[in-house]
Amino acid sequence: MSYEVVGITVLWTFLFGYLIVASIDFGAGFFSYYSSITETRHVIHAIINRYLSPVWEVTNVFLVFFFVGFIGFFPDTAYYYGTALLIPGSIAIVLLAVRGAYYAFNHYGSRSRKIYTLMYGASGLLIPAALSTVLTISEGGYIQVGEDGKVVFLAKELFTSSYSWAVVLLALVSVLYISAMFLSFYAHKAGDIPAFQVVRKYALAWSLPTIISSLLVFFAIHNHNREHFNNMLDRSWMFALSFVFFLIAVYFVWKKKRLGLSFICVILQFAFAFYGYGSAHLPYILYPYLTIHDNFTSPSMAIALIVAFILGLLLLIPSLYLLMKLFLFNTPYIKGNTK
Amino acid sequence: MLLNGYDPVVYSRMLTSLTLGFHIIYATIGVGVPLMIALAEWIGIRRNDPHYLLLARRWARGFVITVAVGVVTGTAIGLQLSLLWPSFMRVAGQSISLPLFLETFAFFFEAIFLGIYLYTWDRFKNRMTHFLLLIPVVIGSSASAFFITIVNAFMNYPVGFKLTDGLISEVNPIAAMLSPAMPTKVAHVLSSAYLTCAFVLAALTAWKLLKGKDHIYYKKALKLTMVSAFIFMISTALIGDLSGKYLAKYQPEKLAAAEWHFDTAAKAPLVLGGVLTDNNEIKYGLEIPYGLSILAHSNPFAVVKGLNDFPEDERPPLWIHYLFDIKMGYVAFMVAVSLLFVIEMVRKRGNVYRRWLLFAVVAAAPIAMLTIEHGWIFSEVGRQPWILRGLMRTTEGATTSEHVDLMLWLFTLLYVGLGISSVRVLLKMFKNNHAEDELAALGKEAS
Ligand code: HDD
Ligand code: HEM
Ligand code: HEM
Repeated sequence: MSYEVVGITVLWTFLFGYLIVASIDFGAGFFSYYSSITETRHVIHAIINRYLSPVWEVTNVFLVFFFVGFIGFFPDTAYYYGTALLIPGSIAIVLLAVRGAYYAFNHYGSRSRKIYTLMYGASGLLIPAALSTVLTISEGGYIQVGEDGKVVFLAKELFTSSYSWAVVLLALVSVLYISAMFLSFYAHKAGDIPAFQVVRKYALAWSLPTIISSLLVFFAIHNHNREHFNNMLDRSWMFALSFVFFLIAVYFVWKKKRLGLSFICVILQFAFAFYGYGSAHLPYILYPYLTIHDNFTSPSMAIALIVAFILGLLLLIPSLYLLMKLFLFNTPYIKGNTK
Repeated sequence: MLLNGYDPVVYSRMLTSLTLGFHIIYATIGVGVPLMIALAEWIGIRRNDPHYLLLARRWARGFVITVAVGVVTGTAIGLQLSLLWPSFMRVAGQSISLPLFLETFAFFFEAIFLGIYLYTWDRFKNRMTHFLLLIPVVIGSSASAFFITIVNAFMNYPVGFKLTDGLISEVNPIAAMLSPAMPTKVAHVLSSAYLTCAFVLAALTAWKLLKGKDHIYYKKALKLTMVSAFIFMISTALIGDLSGKYLAKYQPEKLAAAEWHFDTAAKAPLVLGGVLTDNNEIKYGLEIPYGLSILAHSNPFAVVKGLNDFPEDERPPLWIHYLFDIKMGYVAFMVAVSLLFVIEMVRKRGNVYRRWLLFAVVAAAPIAMLTIEHGWIFSEVGRQPWILRGLMRTTEGATTSEHVDLMLWLFTLLYVGLGISSVRVLLKMFKNNHAEDELAALGKEAS
């Protein structure tokens, strides 16, 4: 594998990590708010907080890692996306900031406030919508580069494009689906039957919309970027596998058994779709201006970053394992018997 | 650069300053407080003293709130640098992205262990296990500051690559991290963060003592924090002196602008305060003979380079003189407070709980924070007109987008909101929850 493929694979993997952990977080925030207006808050609140409290900061770092790494491996993206995305980027920053801070204020402060929960719940849906537009823009057609090299963002095109809205829809639905599937697993593991009943219902309710909105995105890509669509067809086995894992995951939740395996299938479902989409996108980072080959950093920097990455992983993997062992797979903790 | 007409460069600079100036408050707390928590917990375990353990626990509880704001504003800067300085980040990405990348690993490391630390107070039989979980947090937060300051050192004295006609070649990522600006800058930033946090925590305790609380818990806290402050004061001042010597050697224009030193000359005096006339003569200033030569080279007869040696369009703004003087005024106050405290502590008939001394300790906290702000603004404005000194001008690095002005308002609103909320949450947290009550509860549990 060439350095640029290693680089983009590493970054794509961290984005995938963010997609999963952030979806759990974002969806949980929404369910937490939703349950507070439907009077089931006391049922699922404890489960959500038990999981979220120790990990929310880690979730954020996945995102930071992704965009900082991107600038390192593909410095030109800073120039193109940076110029174009001032407004949507700033709005996403504000939403992320409001969300993170108010979660902490609400949770660690002495009194919880309804307005904090509302802000927390609403931002959980707006952020994925805002972030997903970056993927939309990468398909081309929304950024124009003039003769003089000046980058212009075609905001009107973005807001009136059916492709862009299909992606937003998919992002929202997937967030709720992933989150509900995870919470089902977590509540079941905690032996919290009432909470499990509630989140299982959410999980099943959001499963069909997930598939429908994925299909919508397929059609929209077909219309918007034929080249990418054809590349995806070449990899249709990945999307087929993704669908198979979806069926398995939902089946287990339906039958209320093997929920751990079920959530692994959810991860695989998204992994196959996400890497299928991503590998079909290559070599372009931004159609038709940026490719991973022409806009790659210098070889010496690439080597340095890859070495740093490997050393970093040696540090991270044991630490993450410890975190999971103490809070995710520790039955007394999940059940609320340990502080 | 007045605000008639829209200039994205001006607004980008204002927005960058705003974000960094806000972030640095929480970042400084994020760097220094874990060290102080570790100190308290360690002493508590070693001496089996519940007071120090409670101290660590209460500090950690407040720390969570400031970390949250540090994390979200830091994420904001990371993204904003690309949004506001796309051309600069394109160059930085090629040359100095290694420490930026390493910084994210430091964040990861810190975030993971902070999560574990906060939720495992009573989980381990051996209390040392819990203490050990804090070590990665201390290392991680200091490492974040270490790596990001390396990026800033690079901006002040770029090395490790070649730039010809806007094209970068022969990049050496390790060499780029080892800019001559790096050692003093990194050391000064870390040491001043520890100092500031020691003062902030001391001030909280002094305030309680002033309000009439006299539990031994507060007295122990005050001594611990003030002795730490004294030690970090010494190291910060020593390193600060080295920072000045670094400037004299590698960025003489910054030092010359700060000291209004126009003609290269030996036996240069140090000027405090004063005003400049139209033909650059200094009036009403307080002159310390040989002062600048000593500051720059530790030698009263040494030659110090003057501003007239530099082309006019490469000179930093002259108002940074006042920033530096104000900063040194703050420093003098902090030196006095920490010194007096330690003298009172070791003197046989000394009393560290005198009201005026406690008031001075309370005042030292905001002053330390202001010193950080003044120091940074001095350092960043003193680098102008360059964003990468000698290579890229700030005007070339900025975005060409419209609407940066709108974003400035948006973020002002955000930071005002975050600032007010975080202070309110912290105040409420400690108002409803007194240390004495917690100690009493602990005592009951123990018996
Ligand atoms: C409480 C904090 C604090 C204290 C007590 C001091 N400093 Fe400082 N100083 C900073 C906090 C700071 C800072 C905010 O951390 C800066 C801004 C940029 C940097 O590198 O550190 C800084 C920068 C800075 C610079 C500019 C470096 C550059 O631009 O590269 C100089 C020359 C000094 N300092 C000198 C001193 C001296 C001579 C001190 C004491 C005798 C001193 N500082 C105490
Ligand atoms: C956290 C402490 C820092 C503070 C308070 C700070 C403050 C400032 C200020 C006041 C300016 C505006 C200068 C002017 O308008 O004349 C500025 C500019 C800038 N700083 Fe810093 N800075 C800090 C650290 C850093 C670091 C570590 C970096 C590197 C990543 C950085 C990158 C920049 C950039 C890109 C600009 C814009 C160009 C310029 O106007 O100089 N700053 N900063
Ligand atoms: C010298 C000035 C700076 C210092 C000392 C500093 C230090 C810190 C610290 C300690 C934190 C973590 C807060 C915590 O978890 O306790 C933090 C957060 C952060 N900082 Fe800064 N920072 C500085 C300037 C910058 C700059 C210029 C950038 C942009 C490149 C930046 C990017 C970030 C990011 C992205 C985070 C959030 C990390 C996360 O998600 O956990 N910082 N900073």
